[in-house]
Amino acid sequence: MQASIQVSTKPEVQYLLRIGDTALILGQRLGEWTGHAPVLEEDIALANVALDLVGQCRAVLAHAGALEGAGHDEDQLAFLREERDYRNVTLVELPRGDFAFTVLRNAMMATFFKLLWERLATSTDAELAAIAGKAVKEARYHQQHAADWLVRLAGGTAESRRRVDRALDALWPYHAELFADDAVDAQARASGLGPCWSELREPWFADMGEIFAEAGLALPAAVPFLSTGKRGVHSEHMGFILAEMQQLQRSYPGGVW
Amino acid sequence: MTRSERAWEVLGGVPDPEVPALSVRDLGIVREVIDHGAELEVVLTPTYSGCPATEVIEQSVLAAIAAEGLGPARATLRRAPAWTTDWISEDGKRKLREYGIAPPHAVAPEAGVPIRILRRAPVVACPHCDSRQTERTSAFGSTACKSLYRCLACREPFEYFKPL
Repeated sequence: MQASIQVSTKPEVQYLLRIGDTALILGQRLGEWTGHAPVLEEDIALANVALDLVGQCRAVLAHAGALEGAGHDEDQLAFLREERDYRNVTLVELPRGDFAFTVLRNAMMATFFKLLWERLATSTDAELAAIAGKAVKEARYHQQHAADWLVRLAGGTAESRRRVDRALDALWPYHAELFADDAVDAQARASGLGPCWSELREPWFADMGEIFAEAGLALPAAVPFLSTGKRGVHSEHMGFILAEMQQLQRSYPGGVW
Repeated sequence: MTRSERAWEVLGGVPDPEVPALSVRDLGIVREVIDHGAELEVVLTPTYSGCPATEVIEQSVLAAIAAEGLGPARATLRRAPAWTTDWISEDGKRKLREYGIAPPHAVAPEAGVPIRILRRAPVVACPHCDSRQTERTSAFGSTACKSLYRCLACREPFEYFKPL
């Protein structure tokens, strides 16, 4: 059994882990659709989106390891941390649900990532800016794809609408965490590494509003709930997804393709 | 011919593993070949963040240079500026069409151009019969870089290399 690693609490490392881990866990959740999507085309689409997310995660985690300077590579960071040391938002770790749930979550997250990568493309950190310059193009495709489906499902049959409404009730409360700042954001903003995520709230609502208007959905009212995945305090679902992801590296240390 | 020029020529014969009709040079992912004297450096820019072919491309590039006896070489990764389908050569676009893949449209300049979230799939000419009566069947295809289309005139399915 491979032991866990400890990761630096340096704010720039933590800022990158939030990005990399959020892409990683969402990529893993989307990968679960392989062989299970409602139609073959969507099976391929979700796998391709997952592939982009995991690719973005690799680049960001590799850079986090370089900034940390403790010799951790992207695989060690991805597979050898304890649950409390993962910094993804709680939204992405929720079980994949039905197709409507996945489509709505992808629309929320792709919109967020598109806006984040756009800002990171002008980071003072040249490597992060280069990663973002590539990733933003991919996130745009992901957003368009999810938005297309959301419009189709919301305006489809009574059943597809019922499922969208149910997904909205379940997912919406988790969006607030995306825009909840703390000292890590403040430090990133001060150093020019990246924006405070709260700065993305307004453009995110503008984009979501545009998609929802087309879909005939109303933006739900705010609820007093704030998830805490970015601080490492995760939902009960996180342990299970990590067990699945980590099993191979933990059992066969250093295993590679 | 210098050693770097010979390397460029060799790379024109190294196929992309996912779109073998194109060489890595046609695809525009070979950005530079630098002769450091002791070794050659081949600078590559990946197409997609998650492209699973990246490692295979590196290996085949180095193998081709070694096979030509051009001496030691290494491949380095350059992320910026990000790869765009605008870098696919004219020759590459012709090869794509002949292979049955519709080549990408030119990408609009990004700065200052508002990008609509919801937009109609672009009109793509069929690579077989050139008809514009085509429809998109899937936004994603056999690889992340392609969509699936079908031609309503000649009834043939085809792939479209997405502009990026």
